[in-house]
Amino acid sequence: MKVRLLDLAHARSGDKGDTANVGVIALRPEWYGLLARELTVERVSRHFDGMLTGGVQRFELPNLQALNFLLHGALDGGGTLSLKTDAQGKVYSTAMLRMMLDVVDDEARALALPAAP
Amino acid sequence: MKSLVRVASGQGFWGDWLEAPRRQVEGGDIDYLMLDYLAEVTMSILQKQKERDPKMGYARDFVGAIDSVLTALVERGVKVIANAGGVNPRACADAVLALADARGVRGRLALGVVTGDDLLPRLDELLAQGHSLANMDTGEPLSLVRDRVLSANAYIGSEPIVSALAQGAQVVITGRSTDTALTMAPLRHEFGWAADDWDKMAAGIIAGHIIECGAQASGGNCLKDWETIPDVWNIGYPIVDARADGTFEICKHPGTGGRIDVPTVTEQLVYEMGDPHAYITPDVVADFTSIRLEPAGENRVRVFGITGGPATDKLKVSIAYRAGYKAVGTLVYVWPDAMAKAQAADAVLRRRLEMLGLSFDAIVTEYVGVSATHGPLAGDHPDAPEVQLRVGVRGQDKAMVERFTRELIPMVLNGPPSVTGFAAGRPKVEEIVAYWPALIDKSVVTPQVEVVR
Repeated sequence: MKVRLLDLAHARSGDKGDTANVGVIALRPEWYGLLARELTVERVSRHFDGMLTGGVQRFELPNLQALNFLLHGALDGGGTLSLKTDAQGKVYSTAMLRMMLDVVDDEARALALPAAP
Repeated sequence: MKSLVRVASGQGFWGDWLEAPRRQVEGGDIDYLMLDYLAEVTMSILQKQKERDPKMGYARDFVGAIDSVLTALVERGVKVIANAGGVNPRACADAVLALADARGVRGRLALGVVTGDDLLPRLDELLAQGHSLANMDTGEPLSLVRDRVLSANAYIGSEPIVSALAQGAQVVITGRSTDTALTMAPLRHEFGWAADDWDKMAAGIIAGHIIECGAQASGGNCLKDWETIPDVWNIGYPIVDARADGTFEICKHPGTGGRIDVPTVTEQLVYEMGDPHAYITPDVVADFTSIRLEPAGENRVRVFGITGGPATDKLKVSIAYRAGYKAVGTLVYVWPDAMAKAQAADAVLRRRLEMLGLSFDAIVTEYVGVSATHGPLAGDHPDAPEVQLRVGVRGQDKAMVERFTRELIPMVLNGPPSVTGFAAGRPKVEEIVAYWPALIDKSVVTPQVEVVR
C-alpha cells in the first residue's frame, strides 16, 4: 500500500551553517518503528537527490518517537551567504514529508495506516 | 530554597513581539524573565553599530523591554536575564541605569554585567599563541579571512550569570552567552546545583532549549494540527516550572492563545538539533535521547529523565567576517505559460550578464510558486497562475553586483511578456557578513562579572 509520510509524521527543520536539520516525529507512537525502518540514510539521500552538495546523517530518538536528519550542503552556504528563499532550512521539514512509502498491506492494516489519496 | 522556580521566555530573537516581556510578567507569577536577543549574525550587526558609535552595539529593544516590566522588577522582585549586551554589555547597562534614573528607581535596581566573551581585541594574540580558530565546518585556518573579521565572541556558559545572581543582581546583562545558559543559570542559582551535577545541568540546558525560541514551543510554527491551534494572535510564550530534582514542566499563562502539548514541545526539541546524544554547551554535554515527555494537564507538559555528561574543555567561538556582496531581485510572470516565460527570462538575464562580462561566485535562480523551496520534489506545475522569478548573485566585486541589479527591471520591456511585480524597484546590494564557527580552549577565556547599582 502507498502511504504518505505526511500522514504518518510531523516535522520541524532548522539550520546550522550550510546544514539543514529535519526532525521527523511519528504522529502515533506505534508508527515510530516503521519510520525508523523505512527512513534510512539511503532512502532520505535519494529523496533529496540533486538538492544537497553533502551527505545525510541520521539519528534516532525513540524517547520522542522521532528521527533527526542532518542534510549537509542544503543551504547554498547557509546563513547570510545563501541566496536561497529558504536560506535557513525552515521548510525542508515539509519537503521531507513529501516522501511516499510502500508498506505491505498486512502491516499497513495492523498499524491502521491511512492510504495515500 | 524555593520548591518551584518559574522562568518565562519573553523574547525568542531580536525583533520578536515588543509586548511579550510585559505579558509574561503581567500574566501571572514568575521568578525570572529570560530574553534571548542574539542570533549568529546579530553580533556582527552590533559590531558595525559599535564602530559607528561606541555607545551602541547592544540590543536597544531591551531598554524598552525593561521599561515595560520595571514595576514588576522593583515591586515584585522579578529578575531578568538577557544576552542583550551584544558586543557592548557595559553600554547596555548604562542605558538601563539611565532609564532607572529617569523612572526614579535608581538604587533599587542592581545590574549584573557579564563580559569577557569578546575576543576581537585579543584575536592576533590568540593566533600568535597557536590557537588556529579553524573553521569547524571546513577546517580552514582563520588566517584566510583574518583581515576581514568584524567580530569574534566566545559562547560562554552559566557560571558568570550564576555569580551575578549570587551577588544580588536583579537584571543580568550578558554578551555572547549561550541562549540556553540564560535559563539554566537561574535554576542552578536557586537550587544550588553543583557545576558537575551533569544531569541537572543538562535538564536546565534542555529547559532553555525549549523556551529560547519563544512561542515556537507554544504552538507557533507548529505543523501538527496547525489549523486548530487557538488564538495565535494572542499566543502565550512558554514558561518553565522547574523543580530542584531536575524535572520541569513547560506551560504558559492562563487566558493566552497557542498550545502546549507533547507534539508542540517535541517539534521545538528537534529544532536546530545536531547529534542528539551530544548537545554540547560550555556547561554540560546534554543527551536529548534521555528526554521524557508526558502530558501534565491543559497546556502543560512534564519533562523528566534527562541525563548529561561532563563538559568539554573547549568553547565555541562565533566569528563574523566580510565575505563579499549579494543582491536578490524578483519579477512575476503570469498565465498562460507562466513558468515557461519565467524560465525564458532567466535565460535572457544570464545571457545579458555574460555579455556584460559580469562574473559571480554564485547565481541562484528560483521559481517561487513552483519549486523555490522544495526543488524537484514539488513536481511540475505547467499551468501555474503566476510564478515569481527570483534571481540572486553573490560575488566579491561590489560594482558587478551593483550592475546586476540594473538588469532586472529592463526585462519588463525587453523580455518575455505577461510580467509584473517590479514596483519595489531595483534590488539592493548588501554586504555579506558571514559566520565562521571555531573552537577555543576554555582556559583562555575568563568571563568577568560586575554588579552595578
